[in-house]
Amino acid sequence: MNANEQVAKTYFSNTHLVRTFAVEDAAKKARVNGYDGIKTPIPEDWKLQVDHPSETDQPLMLTIEDIKALPKHEIVYEFKCIEGWSQVQHWGGARLSDFLANYKLGTKSGNGPNPANTNDLYKYVGLETPDEGYYVGIDMESALHPQTLLAYELNGQPITAPHGAPLRLIIPVKYGVKNLKRIGRIFFADERPRDFWAERGYDYYVGL
Amino acid sequence: MKRIVHKHPLAIRWFHWINFPVLFVMIWSGLLIYWAYDPYKIQIGDYTLLSFFPDGFYKFLHVPRRLAEGMAWHWVFMWLFMLNGLLYVGYTFISGEWRHLVPNRNSFREAIQVTLYDLGLRKTQPPFIKYNGAQKIAYFSIMLMGVGSVLTGFAIYKPTQFAWLTSLLGGYKAARLEHFVLTVGYVLFFFVHIGQVIRAGWQNFQSMVTGFEVIKSHDPEPPHAWAYG
Repeated sequence: MNANEQVAKTYFSNTHLVRTFAVEDAAKKARVNGYDGIKTPIPEDWKLQVDHPSETDQPLMLTIEDIKALPKHEIVYEFKCIEGWSQVQHWGGARLSDFLANYKLGTKSGNGPNPANTNDLYKYVGLETPDEGYYVGIDMESALHPQTLLAYELNGQPITAPHGAPLRLIIPVKYGVKNLKRIGRIFFADERPRDFWAERGYDYYVGL
Repeated sequence: MKRIVHKHPLAIRWFHWINFPVLFVMIWSGLLIYWAYDPYKIQIGDYTLLSFFPDGFYKFLHVPRRLAEGMAWHWVFMWLFMLNGLLYVGYTFISGEWRHLVPNRNSFREAIQVTLYDLGLRKTQPPFIKYNGAQKIAYFSIMLMGVGSVLTGFAIYKPTQFAWLTSLLGGYKAARLEHFVLTVGYVLFFFVHIGQVIRAGWQNFQSMVTGFEVIKSHDPEPPHAWAYG
């Protein structure tokens, strides 16, 4: 499986975009399929914690307004569950790549990510729910894909709790299992961050 | 008087017997994957003629809750399936064996005659070399189906990286259905194939293992491979 990941990565390209659809093609009621990590109420003092790799730095604590201050992008695409079902859905939010560039994250130098300088990039982004009940690891190439969003809107409305309010990951180049809901913490690492479904026997990469 | 004819080259026999367990693993692991989302059925109006698949079928085969395992097997054996298939097609081209496998303009008429003969509606079997028309069509189709499985497979395995392929096949959902239908085709082929091999008898079967078939030349109705040597 890890060999398959190597094969897949040699062909992976940010110019290979997920096919998009018209807004009216999107499901009016997007399917909800998992509650791991969001079984408790949303913390009232929710903030997005972003760990700085060097232990001495304090983590960034960001509000939803900070994310909304970044350029907003919308995508209507076919969300694909690892179980095999798929549904056209309409999400809105900030590009994860814009977020990393704006806050100068994901690199060892402390500069914004420069795709040409891969040595400076951490290999993985880890994300966890506030209760740490669900967690994923994403390879940096997929995290920087232009269609990967920190999403706060579904069908033009704020995301509801079952869909991962207030902020969730939408990563069209992965199966749904990597699209973590209710992001509590983001961190960067060269080793694979722990991953909920990979621990349960699924392939880690699951790139589409 | 008995005569021994060389029927199947060694390479073809290897490809055949490697393909058998590999395709078996692909179908079995595919079933483990399909279980996780199994909407397909054949319906006439509101009446469900056939559901893929009933719970009892899954339970009997210990299918449920093994999606991760299914994917792991599927994504390893797909490489063996493709490699074996590629080598097979390459070999038939280089060796000239393709001439026995690719149907020609007579094959379809011949196939109808063979089918009538097999069903007992016709007294004589039309003459042929190595494979009759029905066999040519069946074996050639199964090869094309293999190509189809690889293409539809990649369309659902990497629908973003191969977005052009997924679109060409009618989209992600369509490609998954096509992939499934082709698999049903293999299973149907398998049953007919086994039936025909049993009918053709031991000599024919063992020729796929040893390469040779013993033919009694006074046999009024040679089963196979008369002029082929």
